[in-house]
Formats: sequence, structure tokens, C-alpha cells
Amino acid sequence: MKKLRVLSLLLALLTITPILSGCHGARKTSAFVIPEVFDYETPVEISFWAKNDTNINQTRIYEKAIEDFCALYPNIKVNLKLYTDYTRIYNDVITNIPTETTPNVCITYPDHIATYITGDNTVVALDTLFSDEKYGLGGSELKFDGVQKDEIIPKFLGECKIGTTHYALPYMRSTEACYVNKTYVEKLGYTLPETLTWDFIFKVAEAATEKDENGNFKVNGQKVMIPIIYKSTDNMMIQMLKQKNAGYSDARGNILLFNELTRDILKTVAIHAKTGAFSTFKISSYPANFLNAGQCIFAIDSTAGATWMGTNAPLSDISEDKLADFETEVMSIPQYDPENPVMISQGPSVCIFNKRDPQQVLASWLFAQYLLTNDVQVSYSSTEGYIPVTSKAQESDEYKDYLSREGEDNNHYYSIKLKAAKLLIENTDNTFVTPVFNGSAALRNAAGQLVESVTKSVRRKENVDEEYLDKLFADTISLYRLDSLSRNSNEKLEFGKLPAGAKVLIGALLLAWAGILAYLLAEKVRKKKK
Amino acid sequence: MKKLFALMLALVMLASLVACGATEGETSDVESDTVNEEVVSDTVADEADEVKVMTYAEYEAAEIDSPVVVETYVQAKQSWWEDKATIYTQSEDGAYFIYEMPCSKEEYDALVPGTKIRVNGYKAEWAGEVEIVDATYEVLEGSFIPEAKDVTALLASDELIKSQNQLVAFKGMTVEASKDADGNDVAFLYKWDGSGQDGDDLYFNVSVDGNTYTFTVESYLCDNTTDVYAAVKALNIGDKIDMEGFLYWYEGVNPHITAVSAAE
Repeated sequence: MKKLRVLSLLLALLTITPILSGCHGARKTSAFVIPEVFDYETPVEISFWAKNDTNINQTRIYEKAIEDFCALYPNIKVNLKLYTDYTRIYNDVITNIPTETTPNVCITYPDHIATYITGDNTVVALDTLFSDEKYGLGGSELKFDGVQKDEIIPKFLGECKIGTTHYALPYMRSTEACYVNKTYVEKLGYTLPETLTWDFIFKVAEAATEKDENGNFKVNGQKVMIPIIYKSTDNMMIQMLKQKNAGYSDARGNILLFNELTRDILKTVAIHAKTGAFSTFKISSYPANFLNAGQCIFAIDSTAGATWMGTNAPLSDISEDKLADFETEVMSIPQYDPENPVMISQGPSVCIFNKRDPQQVLASWLFAQYLLTNDVQVSYSSTEGYIPVTSKAQESDEYKDYLSREGEDNNHYYSIKLKAAKLLIENTDNTFVTPVFNGSAALRNAAGQLVESVTKSVRRKENVDEEYLDKLFADTISLYRLDSLSRNSNEKLEFGKLPAGAKVLIGALLLAWAGILAYLLAEKVRKKKK
Repeated sequence: MKKLFALMLALVMLASLVACGATEGETSDVESDTVNEEVVSDTVADEADEVKVMTYAEYEAAEIDSPVVVETYVQAKQSWWEDKATIYTQSEDGAYFIYEMPCSKEEYDALVPGTKIRVNGYKAEWAGEVEIVDATYEVLEGSFIPEAKDVTALLASDELIKSQNQLVAFKGMTVEASKDADGNDVAFLYKWDGSGQDGDDLYFNVSVDGNTYTFTVESYLCDNTTDVYAAVKALNIGDKIDMEGFLYWYEGVNPHITAVSAAE
């Protein structure tokens, strides 16, 4: 009898266990567990999806990093795939998650990782790896001079954290800068302030739209002049809101973008788009091309685009006969409160995708760490207006020497590029990032789309008024499915009716427990009677 | 009693398995933020109703940012990306580049060369390329495939832009050296500065009448499995070649080449 009871209990446990755990186990990939030792013998192949800024020097640095790394770890082969667009990487990763064909190591943005990690253990959580004695940051078994955790600039490392977990390492950092045709500003009778303000650039821009009797712009004598061109309008909106202390989103995933201050910003955009003082990359083309042709005064773009800016820029998409001769000033983006400047922190981070073979994941981690070594950090950051993400690299003699040689030539030491890098070094404490959550990438796109839509509409002679903005907000929320993301934290969540299957399951569970209790009760009564 | 209990447990187990099965399907895909970025707040359709179908001359005369309606024929498709199609089209009197026109993959597949479409959109200019954006379209009866127009003699002329976006031919041009990253003379580059890889756009220089031009094999239009991609990779400096392609513009003429052969 006792045996039968034990058997019944076991049967009950066996039956209930899948009920309790069932819904969380489907198709789950096991979380990565660090192997005791790295296998230096068995060949392992990893893929590295990277982004470059159509810059041959960056390609070379990636290739050299791979070569140097593989010389240290001869059994590891790294296959490089290059992109020039983060969005393409993101879309390719998303496509490859269901088929488990994601890359091993990938250049990415935390906003994108927030989507990737909605899959089971898709991206490797790095905190345990960070602190692993042998293979962690600065670990004892590394075959290179790895970086210690406290040598990664804390602010940049913090940007790779989603919730309480690090899912990436920072790789490079940049911000946005305003590349100014100082010659034209002064020709228009203005003097550049120490810190640009939105009021100032709009004022100068409006002055620059004045034409002569032949229809040429007075300031440049050409038929084309777009005084302000913004490359990334998502950043524009995000930074303007931040500067105004206005809502955008919060860490809980609440969407705060559609507010009164956003309306005010869009009305300002409309005013200056209408006069032709303002346009965007998506509408007109690269700010650098217009700036270098003397057809733009304030070109706002990433510091990682600095090598394209200015009369003597080493990289250019326009023919030499179109180049204008002018003095370029590199300044922080315009501010509402110049006493308290704020600007975006951006730039690539690197994440590792989980795989069935832990040795492959460990190889990926070793390579990701290798990207933070001084050689890679200093050489890659100097290809553009990036800065290294480690204090170890920033404080190295090599990097200090590089910064000290501003303007020595128009290539490696191109003054605009070095000024852009210094701008970020001086303003690291003034940078910010937006909260990361599943959907934050869509919200970012929506923020930019608001600026793009208003600018286009005004150019098409549509009236941008409150009614227009109401519709624009509603359409944008719907288009980017923000209504399904946004919820007010004070509101009670409404889940709707339970599906029929769930009702049956709950009913069956209750019935089973009732049966068990009834059985136990009956047994107890029977015992008492005996 | 025990039999009933066992039956209940079996039923519960069955229900749990069914529930798990459903979960698997629901959680297998990662949610994508990718959305169809059709431009919001446009009133293309409303405004286009008021605009009659334009001739190419009327289109050419229309201001940038104005609504346009044209009837044209698909000649080639560059890409379908996030539910938007970028296509090269041409009618009997001129050509139109349609940029990121919303359509499903099924609709995109149906847009075979020769298909006649009416396009409502806005005229735009991006880095010198005149195009139709924020467009909608409908398929019409009819078909047209033009002969490639020889514009070799117009290359250095201001007249060339009048043939923008058309299917054109270049005859008897000479492959000139491009400089790779190490300063070596090469016949072509992956990407404009050689920073790319196989599969990326190919850039190569060709000359005629003492002027050198940069032509491109656009990898979205002709990827690395196409004959033209292989033909350009096989070029040598000094080769005399004939080419066909679409007269695209990027900060100056930048044809998207679709065929290369030895000069006749």
C-alpha cells in the first residue's frame, strides 16, 4: 500500500511538472556556460558582421585585427562580412534568428539587441564572462593584453546594459557635430558664439536664403543653398527633446514622444523648411556634399563622418571643380541651453550570439575582447572622428601623440577629424543615450519620421497646423506600432479575455487539485475509521 | 476512485502538452520592429486625382516636390526592401526612377520588365538624381521595352541629362585604371574606394574622347551572380568595351551598368 502511495505521488509530480514548466521550455536554447578550458586544438570558425563607413582604412583595420587575433589563436578562423548600414545588419540578424544562422560576433546598437533578446538566449549575457578569472576581461589565460573592466569608460559600458545585464561591449563612440562654414557665417555679418544655439543657426540660415535679382543666393552666388542639413533626424528630435527636458521614453518602455514640446519643435522645423533654410539627408542628400560645394552652412552629422567635411576633406563624393574654399569650424550641436549642453552618445557596440557549441561562443568572446585592445582601438578610432572606448587606449602614448598632431596633414591628421574626436572627449560627460527596450528602435525611427514628414509636407505646400500634427501623431503611432508598446505605468494592465484553451487548462488544473485533495481527505477519513 | 483520479491526471497532462505545443509556435519568432515605412501624412492619392497624366516633357517641367502622375513601363527592379520597391521605368518619351514605392513582395514579383503602370507620387531630387517618391501605382494593360539609346557622344554634353534614367548604350569605351587602397592600378574596385568585398557595388573607370567617367554595377540591381558582375570583374585596363545600363545620377552622371561586352 505504501508503495502504491509513493507511486501515486510520483505520478502526480510527473504529471504536474510539465504543467508548471511547460510553457517556458518550448524551443529554448540553453544559456551559454563558460567551458572549463578553451580548446586550442579543434578548429573553430566564427563569423563577424561589421559595419564600416565606406572607409578603406576601417576595412583594413578589421582585416588586420582578424589576422593578428588568428595568429594568437591559430585554430580560430574569423570570417568578416562588411556592411555600411546598421539597419541592414539589424534586418539580416532578425532574419537569421529563427534559422539559428546569426553571426557569432556582430557590430550592433543596444536598441537592436533589445529586439534580439526577445528570442531565447539568443544573445550571450556577458556579465559572467566579464568576471571569469581565466577568459574574462583581463583574464589570466588571454593571449593578448586584454582590457580590464574598469578600463572601459564606465559611461560607454553602461550603455551596453539592458535592464541589469550587459549584452554588449562598446566598440567605438562618436557623437554628432555641427560642421560650420565659418566663412559664410561671417560674410552674413554674424560671429560664431562659443556654443551654438538653435536660435543662432536658424537666424543665420534665414539670412542665407536671401537671393539676388538673378535668383542666385547672395551668400554663395549659386542656385543652390540649403543653410542647415541634418543627417539623422531621429537624433535631431531626440536631442532637442532632451535639451528641453521633454519626454521621449523611459526605461519602462513608456512612449512619451508625442507631447506638446514635440509639437513646438515640429512647428519650428516647418517654419524653416518652408523658407528653404532647413532640409534633411533623406530629402536632399549628404550634408557633406552640400557643405563642401559651398551650398550649406551648418552640416550636422556624426563625428564619424568628419573625414568627409571641409574643403580639404580626404574623402569626397563631389568632383574637385565643385569644391568651395572656406574655413570649417567643428562645433557641438546647437543647444537650447548653452550653459548645459547635451548631445547624443552613439557608435558601434559588439555583441555575441549564442550557439550550441560553447567553444565557438568562447572563441567569439575572445575575439570581441580583442577588439578592445589598444592596437585596434587606437587605429580604428583614428580612421574617423571616433574615440576609443577604453581609458587604456585613450591614455596611451600612441593616442596622445595622434591627438597632438592635429592638422599635420589632410589625411591621418586631418584637422576636422581630430577636432571632432576632441569634441567628444571634452563632452563625454554631456552625452546621453535613450532608454533601451524592445521597441526602442521603432520609437527612434518614429522620432525621425516626424521631422521628415513635416519637412516634406511643407515643401509640398501642405499646411502644418494642429490638425495636421494630430493626424501625423496618430499615423506615426500606428505605422510604428507604438500603441502596442506604450502604456502608462499608472494604468492597470488590461489583458482581455482568456483564450478558451487557457480556460480549459486552468479548469483541468483546478479539477486535478480538487481530486488530489479529495483523495487525501478520503484516505484520512478511511484511516480514522480503521 | 483511483481510476477516476488517474483519468483526471491524464487529461491534465494532455491539456498541458497541447498548451506547450501552442507556445512553441508563438515564441519561435523574434518580434521585429521593422515596419513598412510608407510616408505618413501624405495625401498623394487625393492630390493626384486632380493631376492629369503627364507627358515626360510636362514631368520634366514640373517643380521638385510637386505631385506628378505618369504612365510608364517597368524596365528593371533594383530592390525590394521593407515592403518598398525601387525600380527603373521608361515610357516612349522618357524615363522615371521610382524610389521606394510601397508594394508587397507578391506585387513586386509581378512587376516584370515591360509591365505598364500608372504612378502617382512626388517629384524629388536626391544628389542630382530626379526621381518619383512617396508613390502609389496601379498596373495597366500594355507593354513596352525600349532599345538602348546610344549616348556615348553625349557623355560630355549638357544634353546628357535629358536622357536621365533611360536605358542607354555606350560604345567603344576604354577601361581606365582605378587606384586601389595600396595605390595599385586596377580595372575595378569593390565600392568606390575599394573598401568593399565581392557582392558589393563595382566601380570602374571608362574613357572616351579624352574624358574619363566612373560607371557602376549596382549590386542590388545586378548582384554577384549576374553576367555583368562577372564581366566587370574580368575587365583589364585598356579593354575596349560596349555597355548598356540605366543613366542614373549621383553628383554627376553615374550609369548603373547592366551589360558589358567587347567593343564591336
